[in-house]
Amino acid sequence: MWGMIRSELIQKIADENPHLYQRDVERIVNTIFEEITNAMARGDRVELRGFGAFSVKKRDARVGRNPRTGESVEVEEKHVPFFKTGKLLRDRLNGK
Amino acid sequence: MGEKTLTRMDLSEAVFREVGLSRNESAELVEAVLQHMSDSLVAGEQVKISSFGTFSVREKAARVGRNPKTGQEVPIQPRRVLTFRPSHLMKDRVAAGNKR
Repeated sequence: MWGMIRSELIQKIADENPHLYQRDVERIVNTIFEEITNAMARGDRVELRGFGAFSVKKRDARVGRNPRTGESVEVEEKHVPFFKTGKLLRDRLNGK
Repeated sequence: MGEKTLTRMDLSEAVFREVGLSRNESAELVEAVLQHMSDSLVAGEQVKISSFGTFSVREKAARVGRNPKTGQEVPIQPRRVLTFRPSHLMKDRVAAGNKR
């Protein structure tokens, strides 16, 4: 599937900001994603109005099963990243 | 475990500290990143940020829904929804950071 990857995003920002060094643009883009991940690792939420919100969801401990052997295994409680699309982006995706 | 909510302001503050641009320009760059990502997604493209995660657009078919209060059937139009799949690195860091 076609799309955009991190380096292409950096290139677009660099093209729009010829007064910035490429390596600074890289640091800027990386800092943004790093901040979001760090916040979730602390259990914080990141709300980017219009785009969406990143949060952490708790998955309770459960008894799972090894699909190969059928044996029961204890699965510990864990926390997982979650993203909810913002209203503006959701509307734009649907041509509103 | 934290309970704070970060916003665009916190992200631009981080950019300001990291690169030393003005606060104003830092905020504009944060906005530009979100704008480019949104534009790609609206064009139906996938946005893949290595070691962070992948945003992709899925087409949902039309279906008949139901108003849960009145029980009345309502047609739901076909629509596009955005899904985010976190990278293994992000999942590991979030799991480790929130472990009791």
